[in-house]
Amino acid sequence: MSLQELARKSVTYRKNILKYIVGAKAGHTGGSLSCVDILNVLYNYVLNVSPETAKSPNRDRYIQSKGHTVEALYVVLADKGFFPESDLETLCKYQSHYIGHPTRKVNGIEQNTGSLGHGLALSVGTALAAKLDELTYRVFTLLGDGELPEGSNWEAALSASHYKLDNLCAIVDKNTLQISGPTADVCNTDPLDKKFEAFGWAVRHVNGHDFQELTEAFDSLPFEPGKPSLIIAHTIKGKGISYMENQLKWHHGVPNQEQYAQALTELEEAGMAL
Amino acid sequence: MAELNTLVADKKSLANLDVFSSTLQELASTDKHILAVTSDSRGSGKLVPFGQKYPSQIIEIGIAEQNLVGVAAGLASTGKKVFAVSPACFLTARSFEQIKTDVAYSNNPVKLIGISAGVSYGALGSTHHSLHDFAALRAVHNLIVVAPADNFETEQAIRLAAQTDHPIYIRFGKKAMPLLSEENQQFEFGKGRIVNEGDDLILVATGETVYPALQAARQLENVHGIQATVISMHTIKPLDYALLTSVAAKGCPILTVEEHSVYGGLGEACASFLLENGFRNRFKIMGIPDEYTVTGSQIEIFDHYGLSEIGIADMALNLLQKHA
Repeated sequence: MSLQELARKSVTYRKNILKYIVGAKAGHTGGSLSCVDILNVLYNYVLNVSPETAKSPNRDRYIQSKGHTVEALYVVLADKGFFPESDLETLCKYQSHYIGHPTRKVNGIEQNTGSLGHGLALSVGTALAAKLDELTYRVFTLLGDGELPEGSNWEAALSASHYKLDNLCAIVDKNTLQISGPTADVCNTDPLDKKFEAFGWAVRHVNGHDFQELTEAFDSLPFEPGKPSLIIAHTIKGKGISYMENQLKWHHGVPNQEQYAQALTELEEAGMAL
Repeated sequence: MAELNTLVADKKSLANLDVFSSTLQELASTDKHILAVTSDSRGSGKLVPFGQKYPSQIIEIGIAEQNLVGVAAGLASTGKKVFAVSPACFLTARSFEQIKTDVAYSNNPVKLIGISAGVSYGALGSTHHSLHDFAALRAVHNLIVVAPADNFETEQAIRLAAQTDHPIYIRFGKKAMPLLSEENQQFEFGKGRIVNEGDDLILVATGETVYPALQAARQLENVHGIQATVISMHTIKPLDYALLTSVAAKGCPILTVEEHSVYGGLGEACASFLLENGFRNRFKIMGIPDEYTVTGSQIEIFDHYGLSEIGIADMALNLLQKHA
């Protein structure tokens, strides 16, 4: 898929994220908009997985550690045909499987997450199994910068390098904001690259909204043979909607009808410009 | 009553831990999907020979129990038969959320093996005692919770666990265990074993307290002519409600015994079921009271809290006198 096609996909994905969050009157809007370009590239460019191969032992795995931005994952999985997009009209509603955090009840979702700091250890185990079975699949996990103070991340980071898991790639959606404020103020994890490098990882920085930088980074995996790879994706919370960008209140804010209309107008204009 | 197997205090008898280790070795010899994952507990889990024989089937995580369970869940998601081995106190406390979310909620069929459970690490103090694990893990949906009483139950539990595609927690202690009876034919998760029959008293015990309960029953019979039914309730969850119903119908007093806090374990599980179903048998829960335990060996701690043959027999007599 060309970079322009990826960009057009993201416009559609952003529209759908807002559409279903507005319909549900719930959701993690800001973070879904910050990570959706990464998910777009993963599912449309990187991952060797499809609805037909969803149970294949050698499929690539994606585990979303920052489970609260599941709306971004849902719209991408629907677009890839894992389930009908109309299912998302039930998002967060009574007895829906499409709840506010990933669950394996939804086709295409590998692991239940939502508690933060779980995805990396799950990914280490899954990547280790590939090594043991001499399979070629790769494991990708998306971490939020706000979840990194959980100690389980660092336990898992040690294991990943100890077992030389160069089939594992973690991506940090570094949008620099979490529910209580700037991540640097809540618990500063910088310099993140140096910390992971000290833990034995190979690290690169990218603009998490630049499809060329994202695809080039994924094309370069593993960054070093014998080391797990970390992509620090610098992103903007609420990306694509002017009044949401870098605004804390959109962590789990839901647009009203007027705000929703403005967001759609902005996205239409962005799409036209492509 | 049938004579107990006299392997009892014989040093030649095996700990459940040894049986776990040897059974896992046997299973691994024919099944390359069996994995032992440990948190620096290769030695304390008696897994050194396993690691020597099957070096590609043992994974060391280091002292990082959250990661142990998360990695085990990831491995299990690919079809591996993962035995995550760690001291019960840490496995169930430090990793509770990983057990809940990564194992039980995600239905990754990890076999969680809690070693040196209860007060097995007696002298090491309360940081090393697991007296909360039944209470905590009973409350986790989609998890089988098992405490084998003897070598037979341990071997059967490990074999069944390897075959079952379901998350499970199995805990046992360190010391040598006698066989509870000569006829060790049937074992099934969720089905308690009657190891002695009688109509005067019901003793429901689990794990390493079943043996002193059985000894107490023998003493009660020999000295007082009291005949007790003794049940090894090796599966705490799902609890064997059918068996509880049938024995409670005798109408006699019920005494539960466990190497666990009196809060939230076997006793309370039995009590709630019986009360909710209309049984009004005289009832007493024996376990570790709501305190941090005294220092001592496992046996000394059992004695201190009355979880010995004498203590259980005394409590039974007390309960029967009140009943009379």
